[in-house]
Amino acid sequence: MRRRGLVLSTLAVLAASLVATGCGGGNGKGPAQLNFYIFPEPSGSFEKAAKECSQQSNGAYSITVNTLPSDADGQRQQLVRRLSARDSSIDIIGMDVIWTAEFAQAGWIKPWTGARAAQVTQGTLPVPIKTATYKGKLWGAPANSNTQLLWYRKDLVRTPPKTWAQMLAMSAALAKQGKPHIIEVQGRQYEGLTVWFNSLNASAGGSIIGPTGNVTLGAPAVRAATIMKTLASGPAADPGLSQAQEDQARLGFESGNAAFEVNYPFVWPSAQENAPKIFKNMGFAPWPGVNPGQPARVTIGGINFGVGGYTKHPNEAFAAAACLRNSAHQKLYALKGGLPPTLNALYDDPSLAKPYPFKDLIRQQLNTASIRPQSPAYADISLAISKGLSPPDAINPPTIISSLTSQLKNAQDSGALL
Amino acid sequence: VSTTTAGRVEAAAPKRKKVSDRARAERRLGWLLCAPAVIVMLLVTAYPIVNAFVLSLQRADLRFPDANKFIGFDNYGTVLSSSLWWDDVFHTVLITAVSVAIELVLGMLLALVMHRAIFGRGTVRTSILIPYGIVTVVAAFSWRYAWSLDSGWIPGLLGIKTDPLAQTGWSYVAIIITEVWKTTPFMALLLLAGLALVPDELHEAAKVDGANAFQRFFRITVPLIKPAILVALLFRTLDAFRIFDSVFILTAGQNNTETVSILGYNQLLNRLNLGLGSAISVLIFLLVAAIAFVFIKGFGTSLAAQRGET
Repeated sequence: MRRRGLVLSTLAVLAASLVATGCGGGNGKGPAQLNFYIFPEPSGSFEKAAKECSQQSNGAYSITVNTLPSDADGQRQQLVRRLSARDSSIDIIGMDVIWTAEFAQAGWIKPWTGARAAQVTQGTLPVPIKTATYKGKLWGAPANSNTQLLWYRKDLVRTPPKTWAQMLAMSAALAKQGKPHIIEVQGRQYEGLTVWFNSLNASAGGSIIGPTGNVTLGAPAVRAATIMKTLASGPAADPGLSQAQEDQARLGFESGNAAFEVNYPFVWPSAQENAPKIFKNMGFAPWPGVNPGQPARVTIGGINFGVGGYTKHPNEAFAAAACLRNSAHQKLYALKGGLPPTLNALYDDPSLAKPYPFKDLIRQQLNTASIRPQSPAYADISLAISKGLSPPDAINPPTIISSLTSQLKNAQDSGALL
Repeated sequence: VSTTTAGRVEAAAPKRKKVSDRARAERRLGWLLCAPAVIVMLLVTAYPIVNAFVLSLQRADLRFPDANKFIGFDNYGTVLSSSLWWDDVFHTVLITAVSVAIELVLGMLLALVMHRAIFGRGTVRTSILIPYGIVTVVAAFSWRYAWSLDSGWIPGLLGIKTDPLAQTGWSYVAIIITEVWKTTPFMALLLLAGLALVPDELHEAAKVDGANAFQRFFRITVPLIKPAILVALLFRTLDAFRIFDSVFILTAGQNNTETVSILGYNQLLNRLNLGLGSAISVLIFLLVAAIAFVFIKGFGTSLAAQRGET
């Protein structure tokens, strides 16, 4: 009896799956099957949005979410390997803002033009649009943005520092009193180190690569490198600084040894959950500047949605990408996944105020944010910068311009080893 | 045993002046029988090697497809004149030399244990071989977690306060231990095959003559299993020189642990620079060929002598 039941249920499952594939296969006539490649977002907000967009399309398309590896290098590696082999099964791509130039130059994504471009830029903050723009064309729909803030302990610091010099002085004073004084930053040799340098350099008034592709490091770079070196070789440094990524910095602050931390907004809900005692005294402030009286120009992060260059369903993919980043879904990503939106109006939405008490600060920083070099060789450029600045306590500021400049030239020229 | 006899026949063959009809027919049959295998081997190994060589002579970067052109040996010049390449060669040689030396000693001890085990032979041999049966990446991950500061047992045991995998010295220790742990069983297996060839009578005769265990090992066992030791060393050196997985998982080449294979991987898969990456692959191939050549030439005479004696 039992065995027969098993056989019957197996047959039933088999039949059901055959029917399901028969329906879903839809040779040409059914909804276009779109593959959406995106980083793994634990709350599942992308899956929810994909489902809603598929339903709203009235059978025009059906989106499948495919998650990429969790680290940014692994994500890019998988995508570029497949796109350089002209993989037509990649329809919509969640692109890190630093990939735009590389993907566009190689023809791996399709440009947004005319009404489509207007649809996804209307009401969008200007700097996120700039991250998706390369050689005068729009290559992605800005979906979410990100920027670091300064987090500090209100019980140790009365007014948050306005500049890095002030913060270093406060940390030294706290160290003398034997109080927690560490400044948590990202010092490991990886993209985060490039981000730290880029924010400092831009805040000091500098740039890394000019519009014609020439290296433009100057006096601001020396000031940026000096701040990094001073922090790393003084009392403000965490013992694990040379290995610290965003998560190590978060843990360092939650452990109570730090007075300051520069990091992304994900640290706020994390501290609330993991370190309620620290959270009680946790304050936020603008990322410190370099020049007194001038706001910082913090590096912008985030994701733009691009359409794969070899997709078989370009029209459906553009429509789906636009739906996935519309106001309702950006709000979903912000509330569920903690990803700051790119649409200006959402920052006035009262429902964002509770999880995002710092939303106005983020918008303000996004409007003055700096962009990392927009070059097809960005991966090499970033590698050269993080290699040249690692470990931060060994930086030699007087020679930093010449050493970084030569390494950046090597990086831009694909005829050098890295 | 069969390999030694075959070797003897081969060595004797050139001395014969005339090749009989039967021998010729057998040789032809031999070629015909192995032809399918040779053709398949050519397809799956020769084609990629030739393709890599052709690519290494070009400026080929997938990100700049329009700029592809033939540039002769420029890529080789770039690689060989880069200090990064020579640093990585040094790192690789260091890991290879130290890990193979440790593996030889440990492998020999394990082989002796396996050879001499009186009871539970099967169990002893199986348990020694377990690490070799584990996928390298999985083994490397388990070692990475063991060395990690927050969750591992090693830093606590050694009293290390800062992340060991962030320091050059400890990173090398971790990489070499991972390699040794993983591949010593392979070494032991090859040596065990050699030990099986040593006749017991020789040991017994030496014992009667008053030789102690050390003398018996160094005067009888080692000379007799020299061919097995050479094969084991050659295989392991060639393997260790191409080390990739353990380093990739443990440090990803950070803090001066980058090996030549990781350098090639970075050029090929991160930078999509097929020209430079292929040049590195070809150079690794040449280095591996050189290692094999030195081993066979340098120790080849002793191999032949060995055959004559037995």
